[in-house]
Amino acid sequence: MTVETAAGDTPPEPELVQLLTPEGQRVPSEHYDPLIADITGDDVRSMYRDLVLGRRVDSEAVALQRQGELGLWASLLGQEAAQVGSARALRPQDHVFPTYREHAVALCRGVDPVKLLALFRGVDQGSWDAVETHFHLYTIVIGAQTLHATGYAMGIQRDGAIGTGDPDRDAAVIAYFGDGATSQGDVNEAFIWASVTNAPVVFFCQNNQWAISEPLERQTRVPLYRRAAGFGFPGVRVDGNDVLACLAVTREALQRARDGEGPTLVEAFTYRMGAHTTTDDPTRYRLNAELEHWKLKDPIERVKAFMVRGDLADQAFFDGVEEEADELAVHLRAACRALPDPTPTSIFDHVYVEPTPDLVAQRESMTAHLDSFEEEAAR
Amino acid sequence: MAVMSYRQALHDTLRAEMLRDPDVFLMGEEIGRFEGSYKITAGLLDEFGPKRVRDTPIAEEGFTGAAVGAAMLGLRPVVEIMTINFSLLALDQIVNHAAKIYGMFGGQRSVPMVIRTPGGGGQQLAATHSQNVELFYAFTPGLKVVAPSSPADAKALLLASIRDNDPVLFLENLALYNTKGEVPDGDTAGEIGRAAVTREGTDITLVAYSRMAHVALQVAEKLAADEGISAEVVDLRSLRPLDRPTIIESVRKTSCAVVLEDDWLTYGIGAEVAASISDGAFDYLDAPVRRVAMAEVPLPYAKSLEVAALPSANDVVTAVHQTLDAVGRRSVGAH
Repeated sequence: MTVETAAGDTPPEPELVQLLTPEGQRVPSEHYDPLIADITGDDVRSMYRDLVLGRRVDSEAVALQRQGELGLWASLLGQEAAQVGSARALRPQDHVFPTYREHAVALCRGVDPVKLLALFRGVDQGSWDAVETHFHLYTIVIGAQTLHATGYAMGIQRDGAIGTGDPDRDAAVIAYFGDGATSQGDVNEAFIWASVTNAPVVFFCQNNQWAISEPLERQTRVPLYRRAAGFGFPGVRVDGNDVLACLAVTREALQRARDGEGPTLVEAFTYRMGAHTTTDDPTRYRLNAELEHWKLKDPIERVKAFMVRGDLADQAFFDGVEEEADELAVHLRAACRALPDPTPTSIFDHVYVEPTPDLVAQRESMTAHLDSFEEEAAR
Repeated sequence: MAVMSYRQALHDTLRAEMLRDPDVFLMGEEIGRFEGSYKITAGLLDEFGPKRVRDTPIAEEGFTGAAVGAAMLGLRPVVEIMTINFSLLALDQIVNHAAKIYGMFGGQRSVPMVIRTPGGGGQQLAATHSQNVELFYAFTPGLKVVAPSSPADAKALLLASIRDNDPVLFLENLALYNTKGEVPDGDTAGEIGRAAVTREGTDITLVAYSRMAHVALQVAEKLAADEGISAEVVDLRSLRPLDRPTIIESVRKTSCAVVLEDDWLTYGIGAEVAASISDGAFDYLDAPVRRVAMAEVPLPYAKSLEVAALPSANDVVTAVHQTLDAVGRRSVGAH
């Protein structure tokens, strides 16, 4: 694949870890096969379901935004395998720090997708329980969550919850971010901190190759995973559209972290099939041929092909998942529209844990102002 | 004289300055191929090429710091920071370097750079993307901060900022880009540090800048039409240096004032204006100086909540009424 750049060049493409070809053929790997040896047909079917449902949540949300039901949506289209594969590598006690695009990771962590819609509808500030789901709230500022993840990981170290060998106790943190974020100071400082403290954190970069309109070449001259070497920890590039490879690579990285061996940078090489967000129109800055090229590498189609080849599922199964996705879509549309509007005075609710006298006065003043309309209407 | 939008005035001025002075160049995220998040740099990459219109990595401190370096050696970088919120990532380069190098290096190197950046809420961009933190920069000696409210001032002050030998933070506003107004031909630069009386009046002074200077004019017209109240509007245009004499002169005439601001009230720009009035027009004041600002909360993302938190024209009318009531001068022709 070539991407036109202002500089007119393209970084060399290194080998990436791939266990499923775009055609759904299983690629054997001496190193990675043992990491997914336990994966059964049921597991593959369940991952397929996550991929399909993740995509459906996304497409419904884009439609709801177009209908004016959401203020904004950041589409994950094309990145389902990177998200599901990495999320399925997590244990319950592992903690996730997402960007605003990790909707399929949220699903895998048991977050009700209606709560994702509520956030983008502006009904609340994110109502899932971040402690219970071990899925942190969405961070909007690019790359900032990598530092929070590193701090959380240092807390796990302090708690002695690494390297005990107890699979229910040892924990790791995964921080999601994109290729654009790797240019931010925050992300580079997170790399440094995680490295020198040997923090149990996996930096999971979904390299979707576009930071709004800026192509990867604007952010880096070397493949991103190689940056890790300069910070003193391993980096690996994985086919981000291959759910099995993402699972295997993330499992390995998380286990290193839980074992006390420190951070890993995973670069999931994928492609942003949609717009940056619903405010963006990518046809203005990138070539359609690129999109067509990546359609052939679709993350869901290749799992389906793999399942068909291996007799892991029949048509009834695929139809069933489709039906479930349709039902989910109907539910999401209705549930989204039924979400109640927030009350104006709720703007004062979460400024301080203990409201200050000034804020109490401002709230009272607004309440009186709002009440005056009701009194007027009652007259 | 042509009628054009605030956006067009900025675009045309950038282009004219790039044509006039080969040392002027642009840097920022998404400004080249994407033509800027708010399309101020539309067409400039095609016209001037990637050497003078530079798309940067997503590294605000990086490109702001690089601009400081370029400016020290004589270039005139105009940096676009996508919104003023992202300037927080470059705070050290702006406050500790751009603002202080001239002094710290004993006057050997000045930093003639411009940081163009929009502030403003009301676009449903949520708390971290809707702030008005120009105060941080207006607070900092060594920096100049201008905040034009009209297309004509946008042109005049951008010309002045690019030609200025000190670092200038040039505050734009998301709500102003599509507003239109007459813009003089030619390339006469404005004067940084000069406020403008944009409407003359006798009953009360409204002091504002940027978007709120617009609101002030609207409110003044409405007060005149509905109630016969004659409000004078002072558009600050520059936050540092602050034109105290113009503010004081107006309040000495009207004897009362309301300050409008889009930021938080406590320690805000309005507090500085009120203190200046207290200093220079204390004996002339018939009522305390009132301030209209946004609710002291992180700006919500929900449209209805955002509206509830932001200062409105109605809030200004209420403040004017309260002020005039306090001096017993509310009704038409009562003085």
